[in-house]
This record gives sequence, C-alpha cells and structure tokens, in this order.
Amino acid sequence: MSPADALTQPALWPLSLIVFLPALVAALLALPIIPKAREEAIRWVALATTVVVFVLSLWMAWPTLFGAVGPAQFTVGEAGMQGVVKKPWIPAFNIDYLLGVDGISMPLVVLTTFLSVLACAASWPITKHVKAYHVLFLLLETGMLGVFVSLDFFLFYVFWEVMLLPMYFLIGIWGGPRREYAAIKFFLYTLFGSVLMLLAILMLYFTSDLRMLSPEQLVASHVVSPSLDAAARADGVAAIAAAKNPVHTFNLLALAQLGQLPKSPFAAVSVWGMSLEVWAFLLLLIGFVIKVPVVPVHTWLPDAHVEAPTPISMILAGVLLKLGGYGILRICYPICPGAGLSLAWLVCGLGVVSMVYGAFAALAQKDFKRMVAYSSVSHMGYVMLGLGVWSAVAGNEFRWDAWAQGVNGAMFQMLAHGISSAGMFFMVGVLYDRVHHRNLEEFGGIFNRMPVYSGLAVAVFFAGLGLPGLCGFIGEVLVTLSSWNYSRTLAVISAFTVILTAAYILWAIQRVYLGAEYKGPHGDHLTPMTGRELAIATPLVFLAILFGVAPQLIFNYVTPSVNRQVETLADWTRDVGAKAAQPIAGGPAAADVTSR
Amino acid sequence: MDLGSLLTGTLTDTLEVSLPLFRVELALSATIVLVLLCRMLPVLRWLDSALVALGGVAFALWYAWTDLRALPGSPWSVVAAAAHPASQELFGGLLVYDSLTAYIRFLLAGFLVLYILFTKISGIPDREDGADFYTLILGSSLGMCLMASANHLLMIFMAVEMASVPSYALAGMLKGRKASSEAALKYAVYGAGAAGVMLYGISLLAGVLGTCHLPSMAAELGRIVGDGADSFYGADSAGPIMVLTLGGLMMTVGLAFKLSAVPFHFWCPDVFEGAAAEVGAFLSVASKAAAVALAVRVAFGLGWLGDATGASAAGLADVRHFSVYVIGLMAAVTCTLGNLAAYGQTNMKRMLAYSTIAHAGYLLMGVSAAVAMLGADPEGCRKAVTALAFYLGTYLFMNLGAFAIVAVLRNRLRSEEIAAYAGLVRSNPGMVVAAAAVLVSLIGLPPLAGFVSKFLVFASLVDAITKGIERPLMLVLLVIGGFNTVISLFYYLRVLKVMTFDPPPEDRVAAPAPVWLPGALVTAVVVPVVLLGIFWSGLYAYAQLAGTFAS
Repeated sequence: MSPADALTQPALWPLSLIVFLPALVAALLALPIIPKAREEAIRWVALATTVVVFVLSLWMAWPTLFGAVGPAQFTVGEAGMQGVVKKPWIPAFNIDYLLGVDGISMPLVVLTTFLSVLACAASWPITKHVKAYHVLFLLLETGMLGVFVSLDFFLFYVFWEVMLLPMYFLIGIWGGPRREYAAIKFFLYTLFGSVLMLLAILMLYFTSDLRMLSPEQLVASHVVSPSLDAAARADGVAAIAAAKNPVHTFNLLALAQLGQLPKSPFAAVSVWGMSLEVWAFLLLLIGFVIKVPVVPVHTWLPDAHVEAPTPISMILAGVLLKLGGYGILRICYPICPGAGLSLAWLVCGLGVVSMVYGAFAALAQKDFKRMVAYSSVSHMGYVMLGLGVWSAVAGNEFRWDAWAQGVNGAMFQMLAHGISSAGMFFMVGVLYDRVHHRNLEEFGGIFNRMPVYSGLAVAVFFAGLGLPGLCGFIGEVLVTLSSWNYSRTLAVISAFTVILTAAYILWAIQRVYLGAEYKGPHGDHLTPMTGRELAIATPLVFLAILFGVAPQLIFNYVTPSVNRQVETLADWTRDVGAKAAQPIAGGPAAADVTSR
Repeated sequence: MDLGSLLTGTLTDTLEVSLPLFRVELALSATIVLVLLCRMLPVLRWLDSALVALGGVAFALWYAWTDLRALPGSPWSVVAAAAHPASQELFGGLLVYDSLTAYIRFLLAGFLVLYILFTKISGIPDREDGADFYTLILGSSLGMCLMASANHLLMIFMAVEMASVPSYALAGMLKGRKASSEAALKYAVYGAGAAGVMLYGISLLAGVLGTCHLPSMAAELGRIVGDGADSFYGADSAGPIMVLTLGGLMMTVGLAFKLSAVPFHFWCPDVFEGAAAEVGAFLSVASKAAAVALAVRVAFGLGWLGDATGASAAGLADVRHFSVYVIGLMAAVTCTLGNLAAYGQTNMKRMLAYSTIAHAGYLLMGVSAAVAMLGADPEGCRKAVTALAFYLGTYLFMNLGAFAIVAVLRNRLRSEEIAAYAGLVRSNPGMVVAAAAVLVSLIGLPPLAGFVSKFLVFASLVDAITKGIERPLMLVLLVIGGFNTVISLFYYLRVLKVMTFDPPPEDRVAAPAPVWLPGALVTAVVVPVVLLGIFWSGLYAYAQLAGTFAS
C-alpha cells in the first residue's frame, strides 16, 4: 500500500481499519500480553476497540457531525458506491480486495458497530473464559463488517464464513443448557446455505465475461478503477477487450451489470432445464434465507437465540439476520433480475408465511426469550416481502415507485428491527440475570419492583410491536402498502399479522410487567437496573423513538441507493424482462400481472 | 544401429540428459547409503541418523528448488529462461521430467524436511530405531518421487512397490504392540494383493498394446479403440477392447489402493490406528501426493496424445470418457463413504484415516475434471491440474499439522482417543487453537488453506459444467462434493467440541515442563495453513507451473 494509493483511494485506511481493527485487537488479545486473570482490563480493551470502530464508522457515515467532509467520508444522498477501495488480491482469479459502501450498506455498517459496542458492554456479566470470549467476539465483528463492505464475491464469501466459527464457540461455550445442540445446529444450517452459495458463486464466475461490458460499465463497476488517469483506464479497458478467452470476474458490481444486460450471459446457459440465472438465484436465495431466516429453514434461530448469552443474542438478532436481507438486496436481485422477476412470488410468499407462522409461534411460547426469537422470524418476514415485491408492472405501465417503497420499507425494517430486537433480547437478559428463569407464566408485577427498567422495556417492546411513533411502525407500514400493488391477498394478510404481533407482545407485557406482585423464584433479586444496564438500554430506546418520529434520518441514506437500484431494475423489466418473461411456474406474480 | 553406437547413445543420454535431472533422487539415495553407513561404522555411531537424514534431505530440497526455478515460466526465476526443457524423457523413456515432476518432488522434499524435524521432536523413532526408520522413510520417498515421474508401466509398478514395501515395515515400527503388528500384516497382505492385480492388469495392457511406454501405448490405444480394428483379432472383434478395459480397471486397483480410494481403502483405518501417528502423517501426506500425481500421469498418458488425429483422436476421447467416469464414480463413493464412516470414530488417528479417505475423494474429483477437460479445453485442464497441485501443497500442512498435534498430545496425555482431549483448552489453549485451525481447514472453511483448495477443485468442476464438458457427471460430483463438505462438519467439529466444551477429566496430570519445541513445531506447520488461506497467490503460481505440464 503505497502513499499514492492513499491519495487515489482515500477510504483505504478508514474502511480497512473499520473491518480489521477488531481482528487485529483480537489477535493481540490472544497473545499473552494481558494476562488471562486480568479480566477487567480485557473487557475494557475490547469495549474500547468497539467504541473506536463505532466512532470511525460514524466519522465515515456522518461527516457533518465531525465538521469537515473529507474525501474518505460518505456523501449523504448520493446513490452510487463511495469510498471504493481496490487492491489486487489473487490476480490469477481476478479476485480483488474490493470494498465500498453505499446507502444500503453504510447504515448497516453503523448499526453493526453500534450494536457491537452495546453487546460488548452487555458482556460484563460473562465471567467464564473472559479472554477467549472477547477474542471471538471481536473476530465476529470483523466478519460481520466485512460482509457489509465487500464488493468482491469471493471476499464476501470469506467474511461470510469467518463469522461461523466464532459464533459456534460463543453459543457453544457461553450459552444456556442446550448450548451444544444449538451451536451445531446454527453452524450446520448456515454451512449448508453457504455451500450452496459457493456453488452459485462459481457458476456466476465461470459464465461471466467482462468483454461483454462497455468501457463505461467497466469503469462504473470499478473493474477498471475510476481513480486511474485516463490513459491507464483506456489501457485497462483495452486489455479486457483484447483478451482471447472470457475474462471472468467476482466483482459484484460487474456481475450486476452483466446480469442486467439485454443478453445476460447467465440466462444463456441452461442446466437441467432451467437457466443458470434461476439456479444461481435459487442457490443464493437459500443461502440467504437461512440467515434471515424464513420458514421452513428458521428452526436454528429459536434454539440459537435462546441458548446464546444475552450479548450474542443481541448480535444475532440485530446484525446476523440482516446479512441475509442484505445479501438478497445486494446480490440476488441485481445479478439475477430475470430469476428475481419470475420468482418474486416465491420470495414474497416465503415472507408472508414467515410473518404469519412466526407470529403464531410467538403467541404459543412459554419462554420469554423464545417468544422474542419467534418475533424476529415474524418481523424478518416483512423484510422478505418488501424486498420481493417486484411490482414494476402496474397495469400496462412500468412504474417503480410502489416497488421502491417496499424495498425502502424493507431496509428500514431491517435497521429498526436491529434496534428493537437487540433491545428486546437485552431486556429479557436483564430480567434473566436477576431471577434466572424466563418462564412467562411465572412473571408478573415487575413494574412495581423495577419501574425504570419496565418503562424502558415496554418502550422497546412497543417499538417491536410497530406502534406509530416508534421505529417498528415505518417499515411495516411501507411494506404492507407496497405489497398492495403486487398482490392484494398478501397485503391483507400482512396487515392482519400486525394484530397477531400486537397480541403476543401485549400479552407478554401483561404477563411479565403488569400484575400485582412477582410470585416467581428469586423475587428478592429484583434489584433496579445498574448504571451499565441503563447505559445500554437508554440509547436503544432513544433510537427507537428517534427513528419512529424522524425516519428521514435513515431514508436520507437509504433511499437514493435503493431507488436507483429499483429504477434500474424496473427499466430492465420494461426493456428486457417483460419480453423474455420466462414463466417458471404460475405463481401469483404471473396471475396478478395479467388479471389487472 | 550397431551395439557400439547404442551404448554410446545410452551413455550420453544417461550422463548428459537424465542424471542431471535426477539429482533429487540421487540425493535421497546417497542419504540412504549414508544413514546405513553411519549405523555400520563404529566411528560414526555417535552421529544421530535423524541429523544425517535431515542433511541429505535438505540437499534434495535444494536441488528440487533449483529444478523448480529452472523451469520455463517459473515465478521468481533466477536462471535464464528455459534453462530446462518443458518436458524431457529420462533413461530412454522410463521416466519423464516435466513441471509436474519438479513440483511434486519439491513438495515431497519439503515435506521430508518438516517431517524429519517432526519425528525428531516427537520422539518416535528413538535413537536406536532411527537408522531403520529413516532408511525406510527415505526409500519410500524415493519410490514416490519415481511415481510422480513414471512414464512406463514397468516403472509405475516398480515405483509403487518401492513406495509401498517400506511402508509395510513402517506400519509395524511400534515393536511389541499388537495393534501395530496387526496393522503391518494387514497392510502387507492387502498391498501384495493389490500389487498382484495391478501387475496382471499391466500385463494385459502391455500384451495387447505391445508396449509399456505410456505415449506409445496411447498411440496404439487410440488406433485400436478408434478403428475397432486390430491386425491380430480382426476388424469386428470386441476382444481387444474388453481386454484393454479389464487391464485398465485392474491397474486402477493398484492406484486406488495407494490413494486409499473406496473400495480399496480397508487397510487405511487399521494402519493409521495401529501405526504411530508419525507413520500416519507420512502415509497420508507423501503417499497421497505421489499417488495423485501418478493417477494424473496414467490418465493423461493413456488418454492424450498431442499429435493424434482422426479416428485415433476419437479413440482417445473414448478412453478419456471412460476414465473420467471410472475416476468420477470412485471419487463420489470415496468421498461420501469416508465422511460417513468418520462419524462413528472414537480414535483420533482412525478418524483422520477416514478424513484422508474423504480428501482422496475430493482430489479424485479434481482428477476427473482434469481428465474431462483434457483435449476439449486445454486452459480448463491446466487449471484443474493446478487445483490438484495446490490442494496437495496445502494438504501437506493440514495433515502434517493434524498428525503433529496428535503426536504431541499423545506424548502429553498418553492417549489418542478423542475423549481424552476433553477440556484441553483449559490446560493447552495454544494447542487447541492450532487444532481448530487444522480441523476447520480440513472442513474447508475460509480463511484457511483447505477452503482455497476445495474452492479450486469445485471451480474446475463448475468450469467443466459451464463449458458443457461431461456435464451430468460433473454436476453430480459438484453436488456430492458440496454435500460432503456439509456433513464433514460434524466429525471435525466434534473434536473441537470435546476439546473446548467438555470439562477436563479430574485425573489429568499437570503439564510437564518444557513444551516450547513441540509448540514451535506445531506453530511452524499450522501458520502456513492460515497464511495460505489468505495469501495464496505465491503457492498458486507454482501450482500453475505444475499445471503447465498438461499443455
């Protein structure tokens, strides 16, 4: 990394530091510099690291907060990729160290760094193997952040997998009574999905051919770095055009450009009766929906969430689930638009099924934490529905505003759920730390014993419920509205699910916080919240209210990028997709479009 | 040609062409003699045979390294371009020297250096047995070098036997242990059977084709399979084809035995369990590398001839199609069975044996893809061979690391049962981290070397699929490979689970004093596993060099 790179790629150090600083500190912690016994010191080092990373990400995402807009910082309102970092990594396979952020990934990066700070602070009660815990925790943070910022599919996959092992140990060593089962189940499900993803990555790689792209597209997708001077760019473009064999790529932006060509190379190859595009879409989708998760591949989630220690549950619900949604938005749709169009009914259907099933399952739970876990399944269903509504066709018109509304809603829902679900898991954890049980039937009367805690908790639960004025509302309402344009049935079902959500959350609040007095075990341990706990809960509640009343704080970031992608894909639908419509099965998508 | 000029010709060929390219083997042979001499002469008794062997092997490594760098197109080459020919037959066609030979020899020599250090540190063999042990190891390695460069059926048989026979004795190194003797006996009996079948196959092939020299065989094979005509049997006879098929399959038995491919894998778990971990490391790494190289040599040698045309080329395409299916099916079965059988194992070495079998399956998938693209797509074929070469390079560190950990823990815990590792993370966190790196790399998760290897093999399969070459089989292999990756998770992870989650037994003895030497050894082997997963361009460049042999 020469000094010249720092000039042409100003985000090189900031972005690399955001991703790798946690791993670096983890490596240093693993060395016997701080003795194992000095647990307090280890905790503070880890917390300081997460705080530094959070401040760095905030510095990038919110330049005006720090006074100056540097070249490495994020320009709010710009749709394209910013702060792109490109260094050759494995030239033999055209694999690059390619990072970048746009309006979709930047908020998720900040969410991740923010929740990592809170989760690290919430890790104070962990007393077993403190050093190992924090090493793994920091490695996990590197993995999560890496996924959000990588623009190279190979790099993306590496980060995606890097998360698995730390998470396995974090659940398996520090978890609850059934931790081993939960840990291996989590690992197995995710690995299954990622192996499918790997196959899809390879298929896309070997069918891709950069020679099909125009010089402008090559520059726009950073295959030929725009930061080079004109002559060097021309050389780079000429080198690709002159190649005798196909030039394959892992560059996500270039793959998206290829996938949206009128003659997509991915649609040209057919395997076992389906085009490779559909195969790749399905394989990637399975990989991502396992992480989301949707019914019927959600069963790892209740186990993992319930058995994981509180901070890890916060990370799992707050960040890990978003990786799936992010993957679908960033990878599935742009690269395989044809398959996305013809399989929109599948994505939406999965979303609605999870929504309803998750809500009913939450209603049936006796375990507080398990109820919150199922509520995640239900809430992530909205994300799927919002992402899936491929309603570019309204009557005979090609309009993308309703669709953009859905995707924006899904993005908002991801961020809002990141805050509310992390908050809910934390609130459950606070209670569990005191009374050591989570049986909904044995609670009651907590309001009298812990008024401050209960007030904050109820606020967080209402945010999860989707009460207007709190963050959960915006996403759900946008998604439901937009799905009307796509399928009225689904819209009605998703609107009614709100009632189910209200039912299980209100019922839980009633059983836990209301009531005359606490009759369960360990009643004498119900002490007020500590300062540390307050410091974790208050920002979450504050953000839940803030984003509920001022959603534009998020939309300012998200909308330009989302709208651009949706608009591009809508144009693609008009110019290419509608003509080459490849009906795979008569799903509601096909039916709805024709009936109206 | 009169006798005189024949002799002169042979002499020139041997002295000027063959021997300079045979330095690695010569160095190994000289080392064997030295080790034995030191044992015989009382004056030299004080010399530790491990050190003698290490010195000799270091020479071999140096030669292998200079050979590798002298190849045309070698990265970081210091010699002027094309100092060595790209491909050169040695000793009148018995051996062939090309980039694959050079690469495998380099791997073997590099492995031997690490390996001798490892055995020295782990304490098996002891000083008394050292001379025997290293003689056998070096002799077997010599056979493996020959396997990697064999170009003639006779040489193939000799090389396989030369590699195998010392291993039978090695399996029985732990004298006085029943399991060890049993392992040695089983191995020897099974090996003898496989060798017999293979020799029969070789005779059949040689008999029908009238030659043992692989390229000449390929020419004849293409003619017979292509025309269906034979001067001896007549135009319509299916006779020669059937005999050739039988011969080919019987020869495959011998190769499959060396590769521990199903259904000729039965010796592997017993030998690994009975023999010392040190022997297991040798068999699983070196033997595997040589066997894969030999399989590639035979499949390529019999299935491809650069200048074949017309019916002959079509005949060779049929031969390749046949061998792709044989290898591919064997790969699928080997991989699946290895992974499934690894589940129930309670002994770490036995589990690693099944893991070795499973990895042989992945490697065979790569061989199958390489043979499938041979001829149809030279670029893809090169990449597939590159993937294999890379796989072998990383496999060296992974498995040497795994067995080194087993050996170090055996010295500490006096047990090789997985259950004995319970709660090891409390007393030996460093060793558990190393074990985690190795085992997770064997699963094939990034950012570790095993992932890259698997990625490359799968990439060649997908490459073939997207180009429509042998698509049904390649698809099946890809699906089976992916599925196996998932199920292999369980048994590798179970070891880590025992090491970390389970409480340590109460009667565990406290850590004996200095562990820095074994620790340094394990670190030296495991660090490359991590580094090669992140920065793999360097090794890949050399693997690419090995891949050029296919062109």
